[in-house]
Amino acid sequence: MADQIEAIFAGFGGQGVLFAGKVMAYAGLIAGREVSWLPSYGPEMRGGTANCSVTLADEPIGSPLVLHPNVLVAMNQPSFDKFLPEVRADGLIIYDDTLIAPASAPSKARIFGISATKMAEEADLGGLSNMVLMGALWEKARFCAEGDLIGAVDECVSASRQALVEKNKRAMMLGMEAARLI
Amino acid sequence: MTRKVLMKGNEAIAEAALRAGCRHFFGYPITPQTELAAYMARKMPKLGGTYLQAESEIAAVNMLYGAAAAGVRAMTSSSSPGISLKTEGISYMAGADLPGVIVNVQRGGPGLGSIQPSQSDYFQATRAMGHGDFYLPVFAPSTVQEMADLTFTAFNVADEYRTPVVILADGMLGQMMEPVIMPEAIDPATLPPKPWATRGHEGARAHNIINSLHLDAQKLYEDNVRRFATYEQIKRDEVRVETYRTEDADIVICAFGAAARIARSAVNAARERGIKAGLLRPITLWPYPADAVKALHAKALVVVELNMGQMIEDVRLAADGAFPISFFGRCGGIIPTPDEVLDEIVRIHEAMEDEEGR
Repeated sequence: MADQIEAIFAGFGGQGVLFAGKVMAYAGLIAGREVSWLPSYGPEMRGGTANCSVTLADEPIGSPLVLHPNVLVAMNQPSFDKFLPEVRADGLIIYDDTLIAPASAPSKARIFGISATKMAEEADLGGLSNMVLMGALWEKARFCAEGDLIGAVDECVSASRQALVEKNKRAMMLGMEAARLI
Repeated sequence: MTRKVLMKGNEAIAEAALRAGCRHFFGYPITPQTELAAYMARKMPKLGGTYLQAESEIAAVNMLYGAAAAGVRAMTSSSSPGISLKTEGISYMAGADLPGVIVNVQRGGPGLGSIQPSQSDYFQATRAMGHGDFYLPVFAPSTVQEMADLTFTAFNVADEYRTPVVILADGMLGQMMEPVIMPEAIDPATLPPKPWATRGHEGARAHNIINSLHLDAQKLYEDNVRRFATYEQIKRDEVRVETYRTEDADIVICAFGAAARIARSAVNAARERGIKAGLLRPITLWPYPADAVKALHAKALVVVELNMGQMIEDVRLAADGAFPISFFGRCGGIIPTPDEVLDEIVRIHEAMEDEEGR
């Protein structure tokens, strides 16, 4: 994986793409890297789709807006179709194949379909397909130590909702295991 | 708490204001600034302060006037169209020598414009925050850390010079998250006293009067002259600017706030191609870092802004014909890419080489 990660998390509003991006950014912070997180908040968000740009770097970050990602996490078909052509040749694509029809990656990018929605529902973790994909992404990209990623979940979920912390972590573990097999 | 945390720019401003001893916030919701007010609504009551959502922007700024007159640290925030509504009150604050912090998380204009990031209120912030003969310090953060640090500074500058102060941010900086270390909180009770404030004295002294109305022309004249003497002092002591790789630069980009981040990426990319590029980033937009512009040894300047070209006028004034100056910008909420800015640098560099080769 390239040293500098420029990621886009994209899907429908409510699927947790902004949250997943925040977990990645927090993991980068814990790992001592420069990080930025920029949500879409404009008209497209009012239309029901949401995305965020996350950059992890070792130099101060200039533009936080990611246009040509080397990591794409896609949670719905419109986002997948929109951002797939923008992924760089050395990029990595993780998508939810419960909701998105398989496609081949542009050039030499690595692409992995994970049945995140199905897996989350079967494990009684409905609504946490975002974290299943997050786990799969970490398994394939290893953008920080595992402990940093776990710590990021603790930071991003308020302490008063401890049950949710554990569920998020379980969903992430499911994603990691699934990604190890493909 | 000096731990590094991940925060939105809007929230960082709010938290820093609380730590600077601000206990009075008057707001009215507007995208892309709303998280700032929401954060205040959540946190202010826990500190025993006042969060008040006013019935309009105009009401909010006049509440700021009132709180400032009573001598407390107070803030209001909005985004471009809302700031326009506040400008009458800001002019009154300037005329009454009242300190207060006004945050503008800019969006595209004119009119209702867009809700996307923009820097199209530069003219307004530096020239026309209301009617009358006045200026006010304008801070332009470029990172979430600066959103916090400059908020702290803004309260200090406001109190020191008894002037309203503007923090000019934009939708990108307001919405994005970055790691930030918050300044240490200060207890508002430990702030220097404001003997001019109207806070009751039980007959112990003469009345303090806070007012911007002078029917006697001579008195208003003297008031303005005195205030402009303060402005000279601010120009001397409060200018802030950052230069990046300018020492040997042939082409220097002048950019502030969000545009400066994009420009910085473009400067690094240009250097990788062997083009000597640099960045001059004003942190105070008023007073403008004119001396830093004059001190450049560049062959050309490029002003990059998220508007149709506003700060370029201050760059031209400062440069006074010493350099060729061109403009590159996007407006309406479109964020230029580092590649576009790089193309502009390359274009100017090639033109320069052609010129030298002739």
